[in-house]
Amino acid sequence: MQGMMLNRAKELLSDGTVNRVLGWQAGEFVYDITPAVFETEEELDAGFVYNGFCGNNLSKYLVKETLKDGKILVFLKPCDTYSFNQLLTEHRIDREKICAIGIPCDGKTSGEMLKAKGISGITGISEDADNFVVDTIYGQTTVAKADALEERCKTCKSKKHVAYDELLGEDGEILDSHRFDMVAKLEAMTPDERFAFWREQLSKCIRCNACRNVCPACTCEQCVFDNPKSGIAQKAAADSFEENMFHIIRAFHVAGRCTDCGECSRVCPQNIPLHLLNRKFIKDINELYGDYQAGAEVGTRAPLTNYTQEDVEPSIVYHREGK
Amino acid sequence: MPNEVKAFKPKIVAFCCNWCSYAGADLAGTNRLAYPADVKIIRVPCSCRVNPMFILRAFQRGADGVILCGCHPGDCHYTTGNYYARRRMTLLFSMLDFLGIEKERTRVEWVSAAEGAKFAATMNDFVATVTALGENKRLEDLRCKE
Amino acid sequence: MLKISLANLDALFAAIAEKEALYIPTDKAGQAQYMRYENGMKMTDALNTVRSAKDFFFPQTENLVNFKVSGKTIEIIDPRTEHEDFVVFGVRACDVRSFSILDKVFLLSDPVDTYYENRRKHGTIVSMACTRPSETCFCGSFGIDAANPEGDAVCWKTEDSLYIQAVTEKGEALIEKIRPVLEETDDSAVEAQKAATREIMGKLPLAKFSTEKFGGEVLMKVFDSEKWASLSEACLGCGTCTFVCPTCQCYDIRDYDTGHGIQRFRCWDSCMYSDFTLMAHGNSRLTQKERFRQRFMHKLVYFPANNNGEYGCVGCGRCLSKCPISMNIVKVAKSLEGDL
Repeated sequence: MQGMMLNRAKELLSDGTVNRVLGWQAGEFVYDITPAVFETEEELDAGFVYNGFCGNNLSKYLVKETLKDGKILVFLKPCDTYSFNQLLTEHRIDREKICAIGIPCDGKTSGEMLKAKGISGITGISEDADNFVVDTIYGQTTVAKADALEERCKTCKSKKHVAYDELLGEDGEILDSHRFDMVAKLEAMTPDERFAFWREQLSKCIRCNACRNVCPACTCEQCVFDNPKSGIAQKAAADSFEENMFHIIRAFHVAGRCTDCGECSRVCPQNIPLHLLNRKFIKDINELYGDYQAGAEVGTRAPLTNYTQEDVEPSIVYHREGK
Repeated sequence: MPNEVKAFKPKIVAFCCNWCSYAGADLAGTNRLAYPADVKIIRVPCSCRVNPMFILRAFQRGADGVILCGCHPGDCHYTTGNYYARRRMTLLFSMLDFLGIEKERTRVEWVSAAEGAKFAATMNDFVATVTALGENKRLEDLRCKE
Repeated sequence: MLKISLANLDALFAAIAEKEALYIPTDKAGQAQYMRYENGMKMTDALNTVRSAKDFFFPQTENLVNFKVSGKTIEIIDPRTEHEDFVVFGVRACDVRSFSILDKVFLLSDPVDTYYENRRKHGTIVSMACTRPSETCFCGSFGIDAANPEGDAVCWKTEDSLYIQAVTEKGEALIEKIRPVLEETDDSAVEAQKAATREIMGKLPLAKFSTEKFGGEVLMKVFDSEKWASLSEACLGCGTCTFVCPTCQCYDIRDYDTGHGIQRFRCWDSCMYSDFTLMAHGNSRLTQKERFRQRFMHKLVYFPANNNGEYGCVGCGRCLSKCPISMNIVKVAKSLEGDL
């Protein structure tokens, strides 16, 4: 796939269709891949890569890139295409300046995921159909891909591309992902258990803002948490209240617009399962206002900027036991 | 009597829309209907003006319960404001519950300008509910405690 | 050299915890973090904690002074109390070195930071030699010996035993207190382990990484490099690298209105944040390129220029593991050194 992508990128660069390519750049090790803009074939040859570690969702970079001159080529994995549509819906990116190529994805992993399996001293990684073969200075280990996948990929919602100009490889299907299972499990707990769960998780927060900054739905010019005049820009999670408030409001601000790409949880240095907050909103929206998948189509009205006269009353929360 | 235990009196913040619920509160007053003085009313132009941050900030500043009152659905002065507020608050309350925070500390009630009695009854009921729950501990900001 | 069998580690921790507050790296909520020791708590097998140990001396937030307002009077309350004596156990060589870098900022130049000094004075550091360094480790590039860390007392963990040796007076005082649970031994096992660790360190992918081309002399050359634009291109402007970094020491001081007074608190700040340099007249670093450049200039150029060539990095590798876009000091230094 990497070869096909590289060839197509070079073609589109040389025939002048695009003047930049947004993709992934190889790093120091096998797994530390950085999003990058390539302007020449030489740059592409030197660094362009696509493999099981290219987890970054590139769609948000288009906000910045489409303000520049010329057309940019972007490679989008299936879940990235949902974010792409959502950004189009919100008029945050300029479709005219983008050539989008859909690429298949078998699920992504990361150096952190491998290390969580106790692997250390990684010097090389190769992959076959089902496994990663990891060379380390302490010896070789084989990890089943299915085991090493990030949580968001284990519960992948769709292998189908919902937006592209061209498609490389085969398109997939929307999957029955069971992605709300963990939310349902939490809902089934007692409030005390849920409180304990979230305190343990959210108290790890260091307010690095990575979850917010990486989020393709968080594209405000100035975030309320960065606005000193808002009275809530405290910078640090100085108090358990701040931790709760930051995460409730972060999730709320993207409720109905979150495509569930899972970048928030991927980047969290403290491994807080932030996607569960977003999925709670998605699950509630689906159950209360009808199924809605943000980014599935361009131009749809998000559930929180919409209503029906028959909507349920907020008091339903008292009666939905555990939900 | 230094040993006497002070009965817990909750602090309640009530966001009331200017056109219906605030007038409803007025009517409760002019009709001399009693409701606890622990309810602090904040007037807002529309129930839709209240964003989730307002609710959380009220808790941060020491509220034990927060209630939002607006025009009945269909009667919004701005036609549709309360429909949006309804969805927002439903999702917010559900999220608070998801985090293990007592859902009974938050409420939405539609009170028209003619419903002074309903306003007083709602407040009495809400204060009783929150009193039974006790002090807000799960969404408190220790820095703001005296 | 003293030792205790690993099976008996609980007894060692209990003995320390009986005398002083003890913090050990343990697995909690899915990752290694320092926690106050409680009976039965197990030390993590992870190489290092996600958050560095700098929190013990330079916490993410702390109150500096409180103001209480009543009528027309303002009462100023100093919240400082003498800090309790505490022991931080199992600090890796890289993190131990970070304390001496923080000391240079807070302790060894005027004015002395009394909040930091208070904690530093009461803290005893028991370091732990590494046995399984990771590919992201490059402490050796800064003259740090992972096999033989600094600290008040040093530990080495072998298959079956924990060896401990005092280095400073504080360390000796601590070991004196727990002497009954320890037994005397020779240092052959420790020497063997040191040699083994050093051999592994030599095989690490970053073993040859060096920052020696950087420093005050090349300030303008590095500052003006055209590479900053592409290096910082994908930076999200989050604070992950700064907050997991053991040597980042920038902070902000803010007032928090509690409704009945003011808490003046200090909290970590990040040069990656857009409001880091926000002043009354505006912002002097307008783009992420400048903010990004600042972080690496500080570590590789400004800090050594002001501190006899010592770099503001200890090679712990946290930013290599944690950056959401995998951009880090190693990539930056390797990319820039070609121009020098």
